[in-house]
Amino acid sequence: MTVSPAHMKCDLCQTEKATVFFSQVADGKLQKVNLCKKCADEKGVTDPTGFALADMLEGMGEQSQTEVATLDSEELSCPSCGFTQSDFKKTGRFGCADCYHVFDEGLDGLLEAMHKHTQHVGKTPASFPDLPDLPDLPELQDLPDLQDITESDSTPAPAEETEPSPLDKLSKLKQALSNSVEDEDYEEAARLRDAISQLESQIGDS
Amino acid sequence: MRFSTLLKNPAEWMRTPGPESDIVITSRVRLARNLTGHPFPGWARKEDRLTIMEEVRSPLESLAEMKDSFSEEMTKLSAIEKQVLVERHLISREHAAKGTGCGTVMNRKQTISVMINEEDHLRMQAIRPGLQLLAAYRSLDQIDSTLEADLPYAFDHQYGYLTACPTNLGTGMRSSAMLHLPGLVLSEQINQTIQGANKIGLAVRGLYGEGTEALANLFQISNQNTLGTNEQEIIEHLNRVITQLIENEKNARMKILEDRPTMMQDQIGRAYAVLKHAHIITSKEALNHLSMIRLGCDLGFVPEEERETINVLLTEIQPAHLQISAKRKLTPEERDILRADIIRTSLNRLTPPDFSTILTDRENEDDE
Repeated sequence: MTVSPAHMKCDLCQTEKATVFFSQVADGKLQKVNLCKKCADEKGVTDPTGFALADMLEGMGEQSQTEVATLDSEELSCPSCGFTQSDFKKTGRFGCADCYHVFDEGLDGLLEAMHKHTQHVGKTPASFPDLPDLPDLPELQDLPDLQDITESDSTPAPAEETEPSPLDKLSKLKQALSNSVEDEDYEEAARLRDAISQLESQIGDS
Repeated sequence: MRFSTLLKNPAEWMRTPGPESDIVITSRVRLARNLTGHPFPGWARKEDRLTIMEEVRSPLESLAEMKDSFSEEMTKLSAIEKQVLVERHLISREHAAKGTGCGTVMNRKQTISVMINEEDHLRMQAIRPGLQLLAAYRSLDQIDSTLEADLPYAFDHQYGYLTACPTNLGTGMRSSAMLHLPGLVLSEQINQTIQGANKIGLAVRGLYGEGTEALANLFQISNQNTLGTNEQEIIEHLNRVITQLIENEKNARMKILEDRPTMMQDQIGRAYAVLKHAHIITSKEALNHLSMIRLGCDLGFVPEEERETINVLLTEIQPAHLQISAKRKLTPEERDILRADIIRTSLNRLTPPDFSTILTDRENEDDE
């Protein structure tokens, strides 16, 4: 018998109307779990980070790959200010300056539609020297954790004969930040973000 | 400086004429700036906003241009006082609605004003009479360069100044001019003009910005794109377009004078009659008639000296200014009466428009 979602009861409490629906694949078979808002909130499955989902399903005696069908489940959020992509969709504004790196995927398309261009060519603060004139900064190579980060970068770096310039490092760090955000490794993302701002201020101080 | 002192001084742009000031009322430039490491105001908690305000207020107040400034938190201003600042174009309508952790700093001449924690941490504005976009930008640029030494701006080599809304990325600059275009309105070319401006990346809005009505035949034209173009280019582009619009407006006026001189006389004469003799007048009606008297000045039917009176009246007859001058809250009906009183007093020296130049031309035509 098929029951329309409007009449489904919550699988957990069996009393409230189910409003949150998951699909899960177990032993190659598709199974569905339906929860009311209250139970879903209690189990933390509507939490954007979605971390509690596996625990809940274990608690229900299931172990499998799961997929939450709610919109907010695995949403990208800014490690600095907690802003999410759907916040952006709602307001058209970002939460903080770091959001521009966190949500940079697809941003260029948006900017092209808005401004026709995606590269800044106007005034630059004195503490951010123009790109082509940037001198090499030997003292940067003495920073141990910066080295770690560039080495642990998962994307294979092209063989370099010379020391990478601070700007190469900066762009590599930014790439790593974007990767770690994609992988939802927020601890790493926060570390990278700090390293980036440290490097940026070093470049600025020169 | 106290609010009452600020009020006693009409803004410099109202009193001093600038280049092309028959058609260009004011030129304004604003820069959006944010500090790194803090959420943007719209996403920030109250404490974050207070921290920002504390951080930016003293560098702002100690600027050479801000000597003897008016500096206040939005929570310390009454609703009417905030509205007065909106009517003088010193803060935005959005900013007037802000509360804790938001503030405003401006100089005595009201040529420079800064909103703290509007949509961005800093929104700085320079305003000049007539067509002086570059001069306005230069004065603001200087302030910006002084501030950047004290304040860690959020900046990125690709995206430029990082702003809450991506539409302001890059230069963070919006430059705009307030144009008086009765000729294009009367000849029904205005919609076409607005669409044309939109096509080349410029926005045209009413008297008080986005979504406001074009009262008094006043239109604000501004750049939309801020990324991928520099400050000088933005201003040069806008200057070229404004110069063209001035030309179009002048042509439209001449064409009306040629084709329909009686309609023109009727509009200006009617405005004179109403403003001189009305005892109850709404803001909208007054503004539209004042626009016609201003047009009369431009065309030589009304003495040139009246232009300044009209400029001051355009602001003084607005609701909050009326209530400040009455020193109490007024109902809309009371405002309409006070508005008519103020206009009659201000225009008491104004003599009937002199249309003899048109008549002579017409007689000449008849002779030929």
